[in-house]
Amino acid sequence: MRHKKWSDFKESAIRAFFFTCGILAVLVLIGVFLTLLATAIPAFREIKVGEFLLSTRWDPTSPEKAEYGLLAMIVSTLMVTAGALVLAVPIGIGVAAYLSDVAHWRAREILKPVVEILAGIPSVVVGFLGIVLFGPAIAKVFHIGNGLNALNGSLLLAIMALPTIISISEDSLNAVPRAYSEASLALGASRWQTLVRVKLPAGLSGIIAAVMLGMGRAIGETMTVLMVTGNARSFPHGLFDAVRTMTANIAIELGEVPYYTTHYYALFAIGLVLFVMTFAVNLVADVVLQKYQEREQ
Amino acid sequence: MKKIALIALATLTLLAGLLLGAKMVQIKGSDTMVNLVQILAEEYMGKNPATPIAVLGGGSGTGITGLINQTCDIASTSRDWKPKEIDQAWDKGVTPRNFVVAVDGLSIIVNEKNPVEQLTIAQVGAMYRGEIKSWKAVSDFQKPVSLYGRQSNSGTYVFMQEFVLGNKNYSTDMKEMNGNAQIIEGVLQDEGAVGYVGVGYLFDETGHVRKGLKVVKISKEPGGTGYVPTDKAAVDSGDYPIARPLYMSTNGKPKGVAAEFLQWIVGPEGQAVVGREGFFTVGEGKYKAANDKNFK
Repeated sequence: MRHKKWSDFKESAIRAFFFTCGILAVLVLIGVFLTLLATAIPAFREIKVGEFLLSTRWDPTSPEKAEYGLLAMIVSTLMVTAGALVLAVPIGIGVAAYLSDVAHWRAREILKPVVEILAGIPSVVVGFLGIVLFGPAIAKVFHIGNGLNALNGSLLLAIMALPTIISISEDSLNAVPRAYSEASLALGASRWQTLVRVKLPAGLSGIIAAVMLGMGRAIGETMTVLMVTGNARSFPHGLFDAVRTMTANIAIELGEVPYYTTHYYALFAIGLVLFVMTFAVNLVADVVLQKYQEREQ
Repeated sequence: MKKIALIALATLTLLAGLLLGAKMVQIKGSDTMVNLVQILAEEYMGKNPATPIAVLGGGSGTGITGLINQTCDIASTSRDWKPKEIDQAWDKGVTPRNFVVAVDGLSIIVNEKNPVEQLTIAQVGAMYRGEIKSWKAVSDFQKPVSLYGRQSNSGTYVFMQEFVLGNKNYSTDMKEMNGNAQIIEGVLQDEGAVGYVGVGYLFDETGHVRKGLKVVKISKEPGGTGYVPTDKAAVDSGDYPIARPLYMSTNGKPKGVAAEFLQWIVGPEGQAVVGREGFFTVGEGKYKAANDKNFK
């Protein structure tokens, strides 16, 4: 009898522990959001929201007139991220399909760990590669003066997003029930047809999640883009322009900004914009997944 | 027994750390000066082993913020304090005193393939304001001007803006690099480049100007004689137009180790190091007089 009570107690203690862990993540998220909100709002005592989001000139330390226009940086961030995804998504899904369906098991045993190691390279090392390798190469290939531009950033971010996209896509392809592909092959479809028309659509939810996670990584990455994109504040007109992303701007300016000034609050407002953007990406991913899974059932 | 020895050892280390920590002098600030200050600190510590000095970079703004928030003992800055920063310091009860420890000639550099030899201060300013967009305007070089500069937390950025751009905005097309070395890397690779760096960064290990770089002569007026910052006589006499004092700032009158260290820097031994590192010495003129006043 006593023994039973003790195990009951243990059971509820363990339950409480895991509940606390779960709720902690939620609390941290809410805490971060509220702190960000509280530190960002004072910025708008002096900056108009419309100007902040729609003006293209950012120059808070200007001796003429301090200006806080974020649009150029928003566009730069989106441009670098989109460039990275255009490169990383087809390659990533291709590699995932190869690993799950085409590769010999020996090739897979070697490739999978290699892809995982790729994820472990510190971003500052990737940035260094961009400076000494990709930068000069881009300048040579495209006959431009230098390689410090959005394209360089996109290339490096693509490399950094690839491991995420590959491993999650591959997992989702592997999770497609064998019966699907067996049925497809039995109906006379080729392996290519089976892969493209049956397995990829069946694993689409996981692939979308993979792309969204890769995108999140690309939007939030700081060090790499800070090192290679040239950080010019002008509005970008193409992939060969030097650009400054929102993350790079926060990293550059937060170190020197006097505390509790409009500039200081404005940097947190940029953080808030970034938070809202990544939140939106995740939300869209969630909604898409939900819709897709409902239809599947 | 072993355990006791371990605990004793840990306590000792902790105590030693605390004792040393109490006397540790923290210097924070200008990236232009960080190499120089590091070497000065090492030489000084070599002679006075009991006085640990920690040197950090981050930019003049970072150092000034550090002194205001009292997270460092000395701020090294390559520009004057802004009125706003002095106000903030006073609000927090910090009264900055500035000591000139060296003089820096800011050099304008281009790629060696660029034929331009001499520019006026006004021309350099117009380039960085984005008003001159092609080298055609100042020479027969058919390339667009590609601007390289520092980030806004750098004293060099602010000095250049005040001194050469006439307190106007930088062109937003300027590539904002992380440090002097990155600007040099950029100029070495980019034929249309123009950059500004501290004079100490121009030389390789053998003491020559780095291969692939060209240091442009600067004149005050169109048609005037141009001077390069590597010409010590021109900087000392004030003929080279883009020169600036480098400061170390303390909170109030320097005390203890910080005071001894500063005295040593402006003395003959410290100034010998300053000269060896490619900067110009404080000299016997107005900077020395200002320093002497601040030590009292």
